[in-house]
Amino acid sequence: MNKEIIFNMNTAFRGEYAVVGYRFGHGDPSACIIGAMRGNEFQQLYMCSQLIAKLEQLEAKGAIVANKEIMIIPSLNYNSMNVGKKFWVSDNTDINRSFPGNPEGPATSRIAAAVLERVKGYRYGIQFASFYMGGEFIPHVRLTEEGVKNTSLANLFGMPYVLTASERTFDVSTLNYNWQKGGTSAFSVYTGATEWIDEERARQGVSSVLRFLTRMGIIRYNCHGGYISTVVEEDELLSIRSDMPGFFRQKASTNMEVTRGQLLAEIVDSFRGDVISRLVAPTDGIIFYQHIEPMVFQNSVVFKMIKKIHE
Amino acid sequence: MIDTVVSVEMLVEEVLRIKRNRLAPDECTGNEKRLCIASGSHGDELGGQYICYQVIRRIKKEFENLIGIVDIYPTMNPLGLDAQSRDFPLMDIDMNTVFPGDEEGAILDHTAARLIKDMAGADICLDIHSSNNLIREIPQVRLNDDVIETIMPYAKLLNTELVWIHPSTSVRPGSLAYALNSIGVKTMVIEAGVALRIDYEYCEQIVEGIFSLMKQMGIWKGEVGEIRTPMIATDGEVQFVNAESSGLFVPNIKHSMRVKKGEKIGTIVDVITGSVEERIYAPCDGLVFTLREYPAIEEGALIARIFGGAMNE
Repeated sequence: MNKEIIFNMNTAFRGEYAVVGYRFGHGDPSACIIGAMRGNEFQQLYMCSQLIAKLEQLEAKGAIVANKEIMIIPSLNYNSMNVGKKFWVSDNTDINRSFPGNPEGPATSRIAAAVLERVKGYRYGIQFASFYMGGEFIPHVRLTEEGVKNTSLANLFGMPYVLTASERTFDVSTLNYNWQKGGTSAFSVYTGATEWIDEERARQGVSSVLRFLTRMGIIRYNCHGGYISTVVEEDELLSIRSDMPGFFRQKASTNMEVTRGQLLAEIVDSFRGDVISRLVAPTDGIIFYQHIEPMVFQNSVVFKMIKKIHE
Repeated sequence: MIDTVVSVEMLVEEVLRIKRNRLAPDECTGNEKRLCIASGSHGDELGGQYICYQVIRRIKKEFENLIGIVDIYPTMNPLGLDAQSRDFPLMDIDMNTVFPGDEEGAILDHTAARLIKDMAGADICLDIHSSNNLIREIPQVRLNDDVIETIMPYAKLLNTELVWIHPSTSVRPGSLAYALNSIGVKTMVIEAGVALRIDYEYCEQIVEGIFSLMKQMGIWKGEVGEIRTPMIATDGEVQFVNAESSGLFVPNIKHSMRVKKGEKIGTIVDVITGSVEERIYAPCDGLVFTLREYPAIEEGALIARIFGGAMNE
């Protein structure tokens, strides 16, 4: 394992800040994994740390295939994590909205430019991403519209689901989009947690990457075959919204198969304590996403269901 | 007449209300032109609040001169203004990235959609901003290059020093301006001053520009002061000056100054060693229309923007 500095700068009050990468093996730039890009992505950083530990063991056993190189960048924004901020400390900008970046621009743009310059050319790019909605969801691999042609490759992670998504206005400024544009097959791996560690799902995410690297002939590793992924289009997920604001009393959870009319949640009046709304499943299916905050706004998406599917 | 255009129940016992003040002649024919003035999507920007106050005050004072409709939305993000938060609180999302929103969506999407619905059909909309808390801006109109032909004649009336044709975030997809322009409401973004403060002179200048625009639109028949002719800047004529060191920025110039190429803009100093880390010089002759306000900076931070194109005397 070799540690390298990908970007460094001096800060006004906190000394040097460096983005570092850990390189395993030598030769063909085969796979690059990027972890936390925001200061609240604890699960994503944790998964990178576990992956680095595992690859270090595998490298010591000679299990990195000859002429294959793997790069892991665990965090682009740990200086925000250290002060409890989600975005860049000095100007509140989001590194994952700063790609492709500008080496002469502000700090987040410089980091994006330096990282993209270093990671372009890798055949496969994997980002441990956090979901755009706060809440819990089934672990999956997500492909942007640009990357839909890689659906069969995404299946090789062996995650339960592969989610294909339409382009959103901000996608052009994300790492995944720019990686893909540069010729790298890019995947986002979501494991259902962000601001807390879900040990079991973190392990599932790490295993999925090791499985993918094995199947791509980059490492030698004997692992469980995982799932034959079900491919779901994000636009086809059925959103169930709260019709009232109040306490959110959950009656169903992610990965649960539910039937039409089944009670999913109750909304409780914040002062009087009575149930003011009952949310039921509009169809049979599996809960893909669930709201987890104690309270909920009116019209918020509290569940997303994969319609008419059984376990 | 003050109406609530957005009403959303919040988590506990409170209703979020966004209000619009409609100023219209006592008797309307139905053919009146309509101007929308929107402000406060960023909760740390206060200049627009003062501009809205001054426009309403002057219209009320000379009400007989009002011959069209002026809809004023001073506080599009009241939660952010209350919390002194640039973003929409709770979600940490910049409200000016979610337009046109979704009427069936949660609080922020719903709010954005209702605002767009209410402003739809207006002839012109002004979205008033006050930079951020890091940099000070000269009064300027920002336009996307795809709407120059239709909007430039109006932009020139707003009494700003500059019209900058630039795809900035304030006019990109997701912004109020982008969403309204795409449904035929000619929308301009005004930037002036710095967040968390009010530059009263800049505000008065823009208020005069708004009345000049209203007169041109056939909304106002009262007297309007003399309006300056703005400089027109394209991206190629604007030089960005970014810091290459971190520390404290000590300026040698004032905002809105004209500088010569090679003139010292300022220094960046290290507070531990007592040393000068960097001396920053103007890369071209021109007008400093953006200058760093917040002195603590890091490598890459924007220090200044200089317009080096054709200038007014």
